Amino acid sequence: MPRRILTGVRALGRRVDDAIWRLGFAARFLLMILLYSGTALRRFGLTVRQIYFSGVLSLIIILVSGLFVGMVLGLQGYDTLQRYGSEESLGVLVALSLVRELGPVVAGLLFASRAGSAITAEIGLMKATEQLSAMEMMAVNPLARVVAPRFWAGVISMPLLAAMFSAMGVFGGYLVGVMLIGVDEGSFWSQMQSSVDVREDILNGVIKSFVFGVAISLIAVFEGYDAEPTAEGVSGATTRTVVISSLAILGLDFILTAFMFRGT
Amino acid sequence: MVSSEPLVRVTDLSFAYDRRPVLSGINMAIPRGSVVAIMGGSGCGKTTTLRLIGGQLRPTSGQVRVAGQAVHDLDQDGLYALRRRMGMLFQFGALFTDMSVFDNVAFQIREHTDLPEEAIADLVLMKLNAVGLRGARHLMPSELSGGMARRVALARAIALDPMLMMYDEPFAGLDPISLGVVGQLIRRLNDALGASSIIVTHDIQESLQIVDYIYFLSEGRVVAEGTPAQIRASTDPWVHQFVWAEPDGPVPFHYPADTYRDVMLGPAHA
Repeated sequence: MPRRILTGVRALGRRVDDAIWRLGFAARFLLMILLYSGTALRRFGLTVRQIYFSGVLSLIIILVSGLFVGMVLGLQGYDTLQRYGSEESLGVLVALSLVRELGPVVAGLLFASRAGSAITAEIGLMKATEQLSAMEMMAVNPLARVVAPRFWAGVISMPLLAAMFSAMGVFGGYLVGVMLIGVDEGSFWSQMQSSVDVREDILNGVIKSFVFGVAISLIAVFEGYDAEPTAEGVSGATTRTVVISSLAILGLDFILTAFMFRGT
Repeated sequence: MVSSEPLVRVTDLSFAYDRRPVLSGINMAIPRGSVVAIMGGSGCGKTTTLRLIGGQLRPTSGQVRVAGQAVHDLDQDGLYALRRRMGMLFQFGALFTDMSVFDNVAFQIREHTDLPEEAIADLVLMKLNAVGLRGARHLMPSELSGGMARRVALARAIALDPMLMMYDEPFAGLDPISLGVVGQLIRRLNDALGASSIIVTHDIQESLQIVDYIYFLSEGRVVAEGTPAQIRASTDPWVHQFVWAEPDGPVPFHYPADTYRDVMLGPAHA
């Protein structure tokens, strides 16, 4: 029995040890990406192409989800607010929930599963089919040519997608609150305008989505580049991207929120 | 064979993955202008040798010199400068699947030169013409057969007129016609470019027809070497088994195992 416990502790130790090593590798990988970002920024066309694949092609899912999340917020918010007779504040509730929390977080989760997984699978398969080796043998650095443009595309796309998610959500809340239930349109917009602060709410939301963008993109390119060059290796890496990104988004969200909104 | 100093010289090269030795004390010379084959069964270290020559792996000891430069003493810039003069054909082509045939061949030219698009187009079409696939320039890699993909990869590898061509299993999985075509292309392109070539393969019959010299590897060592004529006439049992594809010989049919007696009755009865 003690031996079994010992084996268990040892296995746990090994897993923690592995995780710390991988964290270190990922940090070094981020430095390498920044070091080799010259090509991605100088030949910006390479990055724009990736923005199309990870950003533009994620638009549909982001916009549709934003609309539904906003519509649900409209219904739930109205139900709660009318108990206190303050249904005119529906606009404030919808807008603040979206720009502070739901926009960055839900858009981040969707982006990780839609674009992050695709980036990991693509880079992993390029590795498995020796395309990255071929590039190296042609004296072209895959970090500069393949990884960095995808990383920057994700970093640029994420805040834009989160903003569009929030805008669409506000529109969804308007559809349900004003058009369907009949909340006063004037107070819906004017209360929203007077209560949502550019720096406290919107800028902080943008900072969150930017941080999530860096985290998701780094996890996606790292997992792809580090994947075992086999079918199971790539599928495992893709799964890890979605799981680790999602946990990272929620964990980082708590930390960022604690720093940003502590006094208000 | 043109100059006395070979283009590639491999001296006492050893390599191990983790602590498992793959190559031990390999010596080879690839004379300028020649086509040299490295042969041997699967897993004998052929591809590893190629990766060591290309600088993708670091040896545990020994040296590789290409065009007078010690490959593993170079920094990244130096290594990349050397690789611009090398071409490598990977086992399954390794074409970039998100680019057309044309863009695949143009990739290196665009990355390493400032040539205008018209000049690039002329160069790419010349290279594709050399492998007989000028008409396939608009196709995507997924639309190509295995043999065609191999030829496109060959056109891409020679895009910058390399001095050294390396082929990793260029004949694997090809039908007899494609196999002959690729074999002849390797020889013709080598002579037309004035390059030197290393072919890693286990296709003995095709290789004997096109190469100038052959090294046989087994368990990480050079066990035999010679010109095709010498190899055909060799009485070495290892070479004989390989050339005539005999199932058993110095290379055993059975993976090392305990004796039947041990397995059936348990070690106590051995």
